[in-house]
Amino acid sequence: MRQFINFIKKEFYHVLRDPKTLLMLFGVPIAQIVLFGFALSNEIKNANIVIIDNGMDMASQQLVYKIKASKYFNVKEVFMNPDQIDAAFKSGTVKLALVIPSGFNNDLVHLHKSGLQIIADASDPNTATTLTNYMTAIIEDYQGQLWQENGMPYVINSEQRMLYNPELVGAPNFVPGVMAMVLLLICVMMTSISIVKEKELGTLEVLLVSPFNPFMVIISKMVPYIVVSLINVCIILLLSVFLLDLPMKGSLLLLFGESLLFIITALSLGLLISTITDTQQTAMTTSFLAMLLPTMLLGGYLFPIENMPWLLRVISNIVPAKWFYIIIKSIMLKGLGIKYIWKETLILAGMALFFIVVSIKNFKIRLQ
Amino acid sequence: MRTLLFLLRKEFRQIFRDKGVLRIIIIAPIIQLLVLPRAADYEIKNINIAVVDYDHSRVSEQLVNKILSSHYFKLAGYDQDYKKSYDLIERDKADIVLQIPSGFERNLIRDNKQDLFVAVNAINGTKANIGSAYLNTIIMDFNNEIRMKWMPPLRINPMPTIDIATSNWYNPNMVYAVFMVPGILVLLLTMIGGNLSAFNIVKEREIGTIEQINVTPIKKHIFIIGKLVPFIIMGLVVFTIGLGVAALVYGIIPAGSLALLYFFAVIYLFTLVGFGLLISTYSETQQQAQSLTFFFIIIFNLMSGLFTPIDSMPHWAQIITRFIPLSYFIDVMRMIVLKGSHFHDVLYHCLVLFGMGLVLNGWAVLNYRKTS
Repeated sequence: MRQFINFIKKEFYHVLRDPKTLLMLFGVPIAQIVLFGFALSNEIKNANIVIIDNGMDMASQQLVYKIKASKYFNVKEVFMNPDQIDAAFKSGTVKLALVIPSGFNNDLVHLHKSGLQIIADASDPNTATTLTNYMTAIIEDYQGQLWQENGMPYVINSEQRMLYNPELVGAPNFVPGVMAMVLLLICVMMTSISIVKEKELGTLEVLLVSPFNPFMVIISKMVPYIVVSLINVCIILLLSVFLLDLPMKGSLLLLFGESLLFIITALSLGLLISTITDTQQTAMTTSFLAMLLPTMLLGGYLFPIENMPWLLRVISNIVPAKWFYIIIKSIMLKGLGIKYIWKETLILAGMALFFIVVSIKNFKIRLQ
Repeated sequence: MRTLLFLLRKEFRQIFRDKGVLRIIIIAPIIQLLVLPRAADYEIKNINIAVVDYDHSRVSEQLVNKILSSHYFKLAGYDQDYKKSYDLIERDKADIVLQIPSGFERNLIRDNKQDLFVAVNAINGTKANIGSAYLNTIIMDFNNEIRMKWMPPLRINPMPTIDIATSNWYNPNMVYAVFMVPGILVLLLTMIGGNLSAFNIVKEREIGTIEQINVTPIKKHIFIIGKLVPFIIMGLVVFTIGLGVAALVYGIIPAGSLALLYFFAVIYLFTLVGFGLLISTYSETQQQAQSLTFFFIIIFNLMSGLFTPIDSMPHWAQIITRFIPLSYFIDVMRMIVLKGSHFHDVLYHCLVLFGMGLVLNGWAVLNYRKTS
């Protein structure tokens, strides 16, 4: 037992003596939380748009005023012909143009009908859709005002309530994802590299011929990363509760238990990778391709899984981060108990078991 | 000059000797370009809606039918129990609950006014926002329809209507891949170019071969240029493969000039490889190089505007993006490939990026020490 503790001490020294690696271990989670919490969002505010008001009458002025008052748009009122819109889009300074026809007010009053044209720079379809939606909503709202003045029958009003995230900020969606990614990064990549490094340098053989149980060697390698990971879970939780004002609705104990389960799954995946690779660079590339990319793409927190083609949807089921993301989201934001997430928990446990069994089968304690 | 040629020959030999790296250079871009754009799709469709219909009238049924006939919504549950539907949201089986109160039809006719209740799972704010906007539009359309139907023709009090015509330029079918592919190509270039160059000098240091170069009279800047050129050339190969895949698989053919695109790619690679080499001169082991590259590449990726628009970032973050080479190239790629922007549109990007490249490469030369 004393031997085991000494081994763990040695591994801690390995991890802690290198400030550049520490930057990765603690810098990445902090940077990610800050970026996701404060910098990244899909919400579009203050987009530069032009309004080409050919009407210049009462109705068009009312509408322009309404648009200017919205926080979404930064309005420039100019006269342009269509060629100039193209040039403005190409230089990238303007995202949308609204063209108000001449005689706008006149048509509305006498013909009860008029048209507007929205031209969007759809090279970014997301921004284009969102901005068009905002603009349409404002115009419809204006139309609603006109209707109210005329006395409108049969009005259906829909009252909306946004659950869990009433301000529609991005953080609640990203934080559980960041947690999954950071834990994977540390556990899979760092573990596999640190084991393979000893292989590459030849020091692993020295350890294996010692009277010490080879599995203890591997386990002692993992302990520092478990500790670092748990510290990271704490850091991420503290940052998200105190800095990002996220709720922590469910049980902390359950959250840490599930995190530990996920850490074990990730560690066993790292172990598996280290048993099948021989150099640091291959271990790195393998963990990168086999773990980081699928996690970012198919984890569900950056891109909605239900939109993907069926093949990717099927593949996403074997990505551990997907299940962990669901679990964390349920505990932190919805405050659900184990009753709701036992299925996901079982899947993670099954994956861990599978990785461990395969690694043990692959693990060679003899020289080639 | 002759020294440089010899150095280049050495670098290329080293590159071609490592079959694993070669495989990554050729296969990775193809696979990633095939998979990434399909996964990276923000378009919101397939919103699961649970309907709690306390009314069960003809009108409420018509409304539900109208919602489902749009291709955005899928019915996740149809019930008379709010609790059950709310449970569906907790289990992520439903994204939206629409509650139709009892007496919906009767009150609408009697009071001319009736409320509907919509609860949205807003953990994913974007999805919630767009989903509820879709639902609102459908409800409003439905409202107009029944109004047309119910109002006696004589009494029609003509309501002023505004028709909105929308045109989407450069990408009229709103295909998301068209937008993502050019950006992902830049991402690939960055990961491959950045990683390889960051590992390069460190690897020589770990193996010990760098000592042999250090004892020769090779000038420091010649040594760095010797490292720079092969990676720029390899980057261009990856770039060409990527453009080929984009054209063949996605039918994306640059609207602007190809020459301009390549010109810009060279400037970008110059900057990127300079950054990689700088990291390399700062690290002692490959693990350190990897940690540093990782740290920066993750931040670069997130801040580049590839996944979330730079316009929606707060001011301080937008300032940071100005120091990220990736954001310039992604911007330029989208401008040239999708909109066909000209040289004068991207001149500013060009100058900034080239300036960054000079600084990074100069720094790498200064920081590379032949003696320890």
